[in-house]
Amino acid sequence: MFRTISLGMVSIAVIALASIWSPKWLLFPATMAASHGIVTLGIVLMMRSGVVSFGQGMVFASGAYCAALLAKHAGINDALVLVPAGGLASALLALPFAPLLARYRAIFFAMLTLSLSMVLYGILVKTETLGGSDGFNVARPQILGMELPPDMANLGMFWLSLAFVGALSIMMRIYFDSSRGLVALAIRENELRVEYLGSSVQRMIGTDFVVAAFLAGIGGALTGLTLGHIEPNFSYWTTSGELVFAAILAGHHSVAAVYLASFVLELVRSFSALYFPNTWQLALGLFLLIVIRFLPQGLGSLWIGNRQRSDKR
Amino acid sequence: MLALTILVDGITYASWLFVVALGLTLVFGVLKILNIAHGSFYAVGAYAAASLVSWFGSMGLAPEWSLIALLMAGVATAAILAPLTERGLLRVFYGRDEVLLVLVTYALFLILEDVTKLIWGANPFYVTEPYGLFGNLSFGPLSYVGYDLMLIVLAAVCGAAVWWGLNRTRSGKVVLAVIHNPEIASSMGVNVSKVYTVAFLIGVFLAALGGAFTAPMISVQPGLSVGVIIVSFAVVIIGGLGSIEGAAIGALIVGLARALAVHTWPAAELFSIYVAMAIVLVFRPEGLFQRVQARKI
Amino acid sequence: MSQLLHTKGLRKSFGAVTAADDVSITITSNERVSLIGSNGAGKTTFANMVTGYLKPDAGSIEFLGKDISKLSPREVTKQGIARSFQIPQVFLQLSVLDNMLVAIACSQSELSFTRSSHRAEAIDSATRLLERFALHAYCDRKVVEMPGGMRKLLDIAMALTATPKLLLLDEPTSGVSVDEKFPMMDTVSAALESEGVSVLFVEHDMEIVQRYSKRVIAFYSGRVIADASPADVLADEQVQLYVTGRRK
Repeated sequence: MFRTISLGMVSIAVIALASIWSPKWLLFPATMAASHGIVTLGIVLMMRSGVVSFGQGMVFASGAYCAALLAKHAGINDALVLVPAGGLASALLALPFAPLLARYRAIFFAMLTLSLSMVLYGILVKTETLGGSDGFNVARPQILGMELPPDMANLGMFWLSLAFVGALSIMMRIYFDSSRGLVALAIRENELRVEYLGSSVQRMIGTDFVVAAFLAGIGGALTGLTLGHIEPNFSYWTTSGELVFAAILAGHHSVAAVYLASFVLELVRSFSALYFPNTWQLALGLFLLIVIRFLPQGLGSLWIGNRQRSDKR
Repeated sequence: MLALTILVDGITYASWLFVVALGLTLVFGVLKILNIAHGSFYAVGAYAAASLVSWFGSMGLAPEWSLIALLMAGVATAAILAPLTERGLLRVFYGRDEVLLVLVTYALFLILEDVTKLIWGANPFYVTEPYGLFGNLSFGPLSYVGYDLMLIVLAAVCGAAVWWGLNRTRSGKVVLAVIHNPEIASSMGVNVSKVYTVAFLIGVFLAALGGAFTAPMISVQPGLSVGVIIVSFAVVIIGGLGSIEGAAIGALIVGLARALAVHTWPAAELFSIYVAMAIVLVFRPEGLFQRVQARKI
Repeated sequence: MSQLLHTKGLRKSFGAVTAADDVSITITSNERVSLIGSNGAGKTTFANMVTGYLKPDAGSIEFLGKDISKLSPREVTKQGIARSFQIPQVFLQLSVLDNMLVAIACSQSELSFTRSSHRAEAIDSATRLLERFALHAYCDRKVVEMPGGMRKLLDIAMALTATPKLLLLDEPTSGVSVDEKFPMMDTVSAALESEGVSVLFVEHDMEIVQRYSKRVIAFYSGRVIADASPADVLADEQVQLYVTGRRK
């Protein structure tokens, strides 16, 4: 595990350094990949126990809106306050729903989470004080009290995202390798046996839902602050769908694969929007089919392989 | 007076929902696939109806023929898209995880969104001629469009046909066997593959029929599929996946809930559907008509 | 000799089928008891009720003096009853070692968010138990690649990680080939010797019953029709009629 973490940290440092010379068209998808990747990491967390949330849009949006509202109305400008606040808000939003959702699996879990995200979408669209269906703009945040100079803004936001990626990925890696992380994999295989061995499956899935919500909230806040704009679409089911798509592409074994998958998706999306503006959904759909068909275990399986007692679990 | 309006509105909306949800729940019951692209088939049905009605109109046919056009739109959509989808796409992924198959249908939904835009463009179509075919019926001070009431009849016919087909015919019993246990059915000599194809065909037909018959009431434009998917999911979850009676009751519940919201608190329209779903699930976690679970250990 | 399990008047019906009819059984510590009966006689239903998977329609279940009839399987396990299953309930895509580590993790009072699942003490405990069940050589193999008999052994080994006071084995040798049955039960017996557990096992093979149990309880149609030493039970008229067939 320590080897994976060290490798990860070194990679992040290298990427951060390389990004100084990166062109803008690459930097933006990379930043989006980082902030969306954090959300997808939460989906992967739940997928390890065999549940797929089709409604992370709900907690993605709540994190974004919370950060944006704090910036706009509470006069808080520092990203290092806004982003964790977004995470916290989303975790609190998820908390009352967690025990209820934890009773469901498979299609039901997916559809219930989807419904919740659509309810939030409906509320956001109809609430004029929150900007209605147009949403509203967010000013660029400060970082540690410092204003970001305009020409360094994009890089600054990218490094901010990388910082959260680093911190959260370390935490998740430790979690995946912990006792709880192993039992999560067992839940996916045979829930009944886990209960018979003495652990509460419902409590674990419920907790994971809240943790994933925290991650989504942070990802949402980062996304909103980077884009400078938040809107109800963050909670729309197609947003959730794309995040799940990234999770499938990543697989549930490697943390790094999550960011790689998100990045690939962002590139495919930008590429499609640029060259096939009228058929980018077609391109995305075809890409998804190819991934499901030929990479059933996701990208992570390419380098994790069949290692049994692996510290890269 | 308000109560009657809500009731009729609710039942009208419920009939529309039922036709669409019936196909969705049938496909899930037989193939165990929750088809996100179901809404897309609905949309294609609507577009096909728009094209056919216009074409019939331009050929100078009498307005009554537009009803035939609507029916044909449903048939054509199913005949072309169902085998293509089931044989060409879904078959590749049979046996994989339930949720993975949902993602495959999601990919199909994305693809069909753009394909419909490529074929029919992004501008809305209006084919309102058939809507006036049944005139208006008056109940005292209230007036109802005959077409809406015809939809109720259509829904009842579809429901009865599917129920009768499943429960009173020999082929229907075979389908029921496949619904309960495809492996055992297969080892008894049932051509499960063919059952899947036929069931999917009927499912797509129902979706396309729903779209075709709704076309005269709305503007046919991109984005139709999305509204349908969300709501028909709610119906099917409430009713219990794979249950026809469930789809009927679920449609009624959702229809009435929505009518209630629209007439008393319009902003809560979408909300009301999910509240209804949440209430049902609290008491019956797998929907109103749950499948009986066999003992696991 | 302390009283472990005490059931009184257990009843359970599934529609027209009576799976348990006034079942009253007492098990004390250090016993080796087998439950016999034809299919559908109510043996597994009894195991399911004792372990909380099914709730009895009537009657009570006490363990170490405490009423456990309303507890869930998880809570029953925490009280000290463990169980293995007719069809092994194991984690197919995980390795044999990982299966044991999961069992060890679940037997702790709190599941850690940070402590590694593969830390030394856990691997040690897992390995020691696997060695007693002769499964150590297959540590790194995925369970899905292992034959049924070994999955059953793993299932039982996993049940032991919680150091139970009462162990319920549901048909431990079913699906195991004839040559392997005795060696398997020898392994299990040896492994259980040092634990001091009471064992209740459901069996259809009367040779296994005679050799490995000191007491036999026979079921028919949900009722207990005999409860004595193996020799006495197998000679019983009713048992021969409903369970084993006539002795020549």
